[in-house]
Amino acid sequence: MSDAAARAGAGAPGSGSILLTLMKARTFIALIAVIVFFSLAVPSFLSTANLILMSKHVALNAFLAMGMTFVIITGGIDLSVGSIVGLCAMVAGYLVLNGIDLQIGYTVYFNVPEIILITLLVGILIGAINGLLITKLNVAPFIATLGTLYVARGAALLSSDGRTFPNLVGNPDLGNTGYGYLGAGRILGLPVSVWLLIVVALGAAYLAKYTPLGRHIFAVGGNERAARISGVRVNMVKMFVYMFSGFCAGIVGLIISSELMASHPATGETFELNAIAAAVLGGTSMSGGRGAIGGTIVGAFVIGILSDGLVMMGVSSFWQMVIKGLVIIVAVVVDQAQRKLQQRVTLMQMAKAG
Amino acid sequence: MSNISSDVILRLEDVSKVYAGTVAVKHATFDVRRGAVNVLVGENGAGKSTMMKMCAGVEKPTSGRILLDGEEVAFSSSGDAVAKGIGMVFQELNLFGNMSVAENIFATREITRFGKIDHAEQQRRAGAFLDRLQAGIRPDMMVEDLMIGQQQLVEIAKAVSLDARVLIMDEPTSALSAAEVEILFKVIADLKAQGVAIVYISHRLEELIRIGDYITVLRDGRITGQEEVRNVDTQWIVRQMIGSDAKDFAKPDGHEPGAEVFRAEEICLPRATGGLAVDHVSLTLRAGEILGIYGLMGAGRSELFDCIMGRHGHATGKIYLDGKQVHERDTTGRIRRGLALIPEDRQREGLVTILSVASNLTMSSLKKFARLFHIDGKAERDAVLGMVRELSIKVANPDNEVSSLSGGNQQKVVIGKALLTGPKVLLMDEPSRGIDVGAKADVFRTMRKLSREGLGILFATSDLDEVMALSDRIAVMSNGKLTGMFERAEATEAAIVSASAMGHGPAGKAGREAHV
Repeated sequence: MSDAAARAGAGAPGSGSILLTLMKARTFIALIAVIVFFSLAVPSFLSTANLILMSKHVALNAFLAMGMTFVIITGGIDLSVGSIVGLCAMVAGYLVLNGIDLQIGYTVYFNVPEIILITLLVGILIGAINGLLITKLNVAPFIATLGTLYVARGAALLSSDGRTFPNLVGNPDLGNTGYGYLGAGRILGLPVSVWLLIVVALGAAYLAKYTPLGRHIFAVGGNERAARISGVRVNMVKMFVYMFSGFCAGIVGLIISSELMASHPATGETFELNAIAAAVLGGTSMSGGRGAIGGTIVGAFVIGILSDGLVMMGVSSFWQMVIKGLVIIVAVVVDQAQRKLQQRVTLMQMAKAG
Repeated sequence: MSNISSDVILRLEDVSKVYAGTVAVKHATFDVRRGAVNVLVGENGAGKSTMMKMCAGVEKPTSGRILLDGEEVAFSSSGDAVAKGIGMVFQELNLFGNMSVAENIFATREITRFGKIDHAEQQRRAGAFLDRLQAGIRPDMMVEDLMIGQQQLVEIAKAVSLDARVLIMDEPTSALSAAEVEILFKVIADLKAQGVAIVYISHRLEELIRIGDYITVLRDGRITGQEEVRNVDTQWIVRQMIGSDAKDFAKPDGHEPGAEVFRAEEICLPRATGGLAVDHVSLTLRAGEILGIYGLMGAGRSELFDCIMGRHGHATGKIYLDGKQVHERDTTGRIRRGLALIPEDRQREGLVTILSVASNLTMSSLKKFARLFHIDGKAERDAVLGMVRELSIKVANPDNEVSSLSGGNQQKVVIGKALLTGPKVLLMDEPSRGIDVGAKADVFRTMRKLSREGLGILFATSDLDEVMALSDRIAVMSNGKLTGMFERAEATEAAIVSASAMGHGPAGKAGREAHV
């Protein structure tokens, strides 16, 4: 072995792997950085009230970003989630206010758990439509979900003729009160929506790691052909990820309308972009096959805290957009650098081993 | 330099190449002679490709120097090397599938008139090169519509069109049929006569002996032998490559095959362009039997396997496992019934290259390690480690990405994945393609062992020696039809070759264009 090689073999791995660890933890480091920065810049930043408020904001994006993460890992994209949020909010609002008129002189009013269930089913159904378009009719995911983006938003507007369903308190006589619990309720001091996020996130992370379905999601994104030949039911996997994404959007629609106690048909516009940003910031690769729920959650926190913090500092919303964009770009650049370094470190380990 | 004879056009002198932590080439000196085929051979990872990349300006040597016509040169890029007359046919196809053959041949040096690409002139000139290859490729065809062997020929046409003085070919025949190989050899002979220096890399030793003039053997980045080809034989080459005499094929162990385990009846697959890609093929396989399917490229072997695995919804025919008909139409169902395929194209169909060795191994069989929906991590881990040991897959840690392995070890991962599904019948499509001698021997040994354990094996190959040495019975396919079925004892090379040429026109010589 030449001197140069000996040096490369001896010196580099240490420094390389430290740098690599730093880069792997980049989203986490970014999270700590924004927290430290804003706690110094804004006095009330670390107050309990503010933290709880921010976590409620973050939760909304985090739900969508989790669904988006699975979709992106399979190599797809879901642009329709923002519209599904809007439509689900309208469905819930409509059911609380109007119930369903059976056309035979009776109107059925559902209680709140039933309304939640129906609304989530609507979200899942639209996800299933996305999935069918993509698997059975071979529409590219970008186009299929762009289509449902418009259709779902249009349906949301049609449902009320563009108006807001106000005052969703329900009627004690009809037994449909308590819709506000999702948005305003607390358990052990934490908002219900944050508890929900914890449950769904743990479930999703478990699914990704410890179930055949989760593994198959990664296989499909890494090499669809090979996955198919290996016996992975590719179409089923794709159906699942879009339905899960629709489910997450349904949750967000419920939470927002419950927080406001009103349903507005424009709810959720451009939410899909924030969700994609959080997933990418968390290390999900747009070309498929790579990503993690944990990373996405941290990514959602970085974006959420960044925008809330900037608002509290009084930075103009125009600058906020510029900053958010830069953060996303930097994240992806670092991601690429990490991948290169990773390959080099793997090579070194191989050289050491044999 | 005094000791360089006048016919050496390119010389790598004492070159080394170090990648982060790995030494790929160690103090190698390699002469490329004018008007001759300079053969370079070695196992996977021996450093052949790295050497050639240095010749072609893709990589720079870490130390040592490169002499062109006796003068030291430093290539800053592959374009630089091309400008100095060095062309290369890469092992991986570097073609644009979405462009025509002519556009590919003239990519980056388009012929223009008044600043606009002159397509007619490009097609005319491309046509001249393609005619020489006699492969039925028209310059206006889209590359993605060509078969992989034809694509390889386009790649070769592209390199020839450069008018290079030195032409490097990295495994040019790995995807070619016997007929196409003959064409290529004719082209090489022409180029040689024109004084072009050819550098030829291949795993197929007979080929090297046939067309080589000078041979250089690499092992672990070092040159272990340099000779004139007429002084050497395959035994010598193998000795230099792996250090000792290797037995190419595992010997049969004389076990008797059991009862019929698999039967296919009247399998048909229509071709998109009309006719049948698989034409009423019926065959049976017994437990513990190795049935070799020999055929040239395009004979329908891979398509037959695809039909058996349920990859084509519109295929017809019946298949039976253990005497019971298989009604499942999709791949997942058929794997569950006990069929497993090792596809021909490892990168595109065999592996998810960005995932780990472990994930790839268990991809087909996760259900087995799952209780309800929870994967038992320990059971999975044990299965992975067991398979790594059983197939002697060389990997430091199963969590490493599968792309970090050599070709032979990647192939073992694909085999391991199939075995973990617990198959009754294993379909292997060109199982030894593009892997080195040592890994080949491992794969063959594994096939013997599996058959001894009662597995039925169908394997497709276009290598005559391989099919003769490994099979208990030999089926021959040609033009989608089953044209011969021989017991090993009665099989002769002549009979197999003539069966493989049936339906290919008179005496079947180089007649593949008949159905292209």
